[in-house]
Amino acid sequence: MEPIIKTSNLSIKFGEHKAVDNINFEMSAKHFKSIIGPNGAGKTTFFNLISGELEPTEGDVFFKGLSLRKKSSVERTRLGIGRSFQITNVFPNLTVLENVRLAVQSKRKVRFHMLNHFLKYKEITNEAIGILEQVLLTDKMHQVANQLSHGEKRKLEIGMLLALDTEILLLDEPTAGMSLEEVPAILDVIRSIKERGDKTILLIEHKMDMIIDLSDSIMVLFNGALLADGTPEEIMNNETVQQAYLGGLAYD
Amino acid sequence: MIKQPLLLSKVNVVYAIVVGVMAVLPFVLDSRTMTILLTQFCIFAILAMSYDILLGYTGIISFGHAMFFGIGAYTTAIMLSDYGPSIGIFAVSIVVGIVLSAIISVISGALTLRLKSHFYAMFTLAISGLFLVLAEKWRTVTKGNDGFTFRAPELFRERLYFYFLVLICLVVVFILLKRIVASPFGKVLVAIRENEQRTRSLGYKTLGYKIIASVIAGAVASLAGSLYAISLRFVNTSVMTMDITLDALMMTIIGGVGTLIGPIIGAGVIEFAQHYLSGLAREYPIFERWIIFFGILYILAVIFFPRGIVGTVSLRYHEWKLKKGQKTKASVKLREKEIQR
Repeated sequence: MEPIIKTSNLSIKFGEHKAVDNINFEMSAKHFKSIIGPNGAGKTTFFNLISGELEPTEGDVFFKGLSLRKKSSVERTRLGIGRSFQITNVFPNLTVLENVRLAVQSKRKVRFHMLNHFLKYKEITNEAIGILEQVLLTDKMHQVANQLSHGEKRKLEIGMLLALDTEILLLDEPTAGMSLEEVPAILDVIRSIKERGDKTILLIEHKMDMIIDLSDSIMVLFNGALLADGTPEEIMNNETVQQAYLGGLAYD
Repeated sequence: MIKQPLLLSKVNVVYAIVVGVMAVLPFVLDSRTMTILLTQFCIFAILAMSYDILLGYTGIISFGHAMFFGIGAYTTAIMLSDYGPSIGIFAVSIVVGIVLSAIISVISGALTLRLKSHFYAMFTLAISGLFLVLAEKWRTVTKGNDGFTFRAPELFRERLYFYFLVLICLVVVFILLKRIVASPFGKVLVAIRENEQRTRSLGYKTLGYKIIASVIAGAVASLAGSLYAISLRFVNTSVMTMDITLDALMMTIIGGVGTLIGPIIGAGVIEFAQHYLSGLAREYPIFERWIIFFGILYILAVIFFPRGIVGTVSLRYHEWKLKKGQKTKASVKLREKEIQR
């Protein structure tokens, strides 16, 4: 089967520093892959290259065989690559519902409609409310995003991503900075997306139990390079990975 | 459940009453100066609303808004003096002005709207500077700095009729813009103001939205310019100057950014304050320098009312409501959002 997403020799240099170094990876549709690696391993940069936030100095990303080299982040989203951000990136002064509705509106291609009141598009509002139910934010619907707790903002991020309904979901540390009580809720949301089985998911995370529980495969980045790629068992038993991730190599 | 605002909502009834009052005001006051002042107020309210589409809704700061106002004013003045003062020519001149403004804002927008906000602001300043020079130097058409007088259509020589036309324009533009900002398109504009990068990652090509917003703003400003030219029956380069842009900016900020009704109120406050402050000069010579008082007023407004008149009032109102505990917190928040938009 043709991989839904593939990178070839993907590299980016910031000055002399190779943040992502010659990564070749591919992934088939409806697969769940996690990316791990110590801080500064280039995980988020790798996401930025896939989603088009950054341009590679070398190499290319392919979506269903189509080169993304000349595609902006907008076009990639429309093709089917959606992402959430590690640092919460929502519309701070809009309500939770409005945040999600903007994503639904984009997916439904209601973009340049100028003369109808936005509430006339009931199906958009209803779908947004449905999404909020999934991410357990219905009761906060009319609050301004600014007033949400950190964990709730993360849920909102995922909600906006779900609303876009893209084939590929790039989740950048969805539980970053969340309190322990908040994590299970996010975990449930991600698990339910996985169980529906229609999405290809790439997840960056640090919480190993969560990764092992969810992932079909894991790839390990280290100093920008691909250190290992395999099933959770393979990765856990890989000595180089243990050294890199659990100490030793990382801080020398 | 969330419902669309009713046509006969409280707010709309208040608007209708205000319009009614404004329509009878010239009869009650029965003074030529008053009618002229009201006309000026309506014209600048239209201009300020168009500026609010950029500043308040899309988050674009433009220092070149006067150029569209000037294009409208010159188009109308030139066409009326060249082809004769008829209503038909006047109507055509408005359309021509709007089309010209739209074309120019598409071109300048495509060139400059990719830039980050402050660079964009500088560019708009430069482009409008260019138009000001054009108006000064293209003497065969614009008669240079001195400008020229022209005859207004017969009907509008009666100040009252012209006032009604301007009032109707104000109402129509207000309703039209209100619709646009409440549409899905308008919601994207607000999203751009809040977080442009995020808007793009949701799959919106933000440049296109910003260009359309500037076309709408330019077209409305051009209409205001056309009306302004008729109200003076005279046009010179002052319509292209930075002063006009600053007036629009201040009216928007004082009234309340991102509210549409705010800029109208701001225009009222500034137009009438200008009138009375300069009137005081006859008794107290210091008021010949009324601009100084304006400067102080602006500074105080920005420090103490950063949300503008409408923003501050609606915030206080909702705080008061919250205290009364009439509504649940959530619904009050929603109302607050609606009013802010």
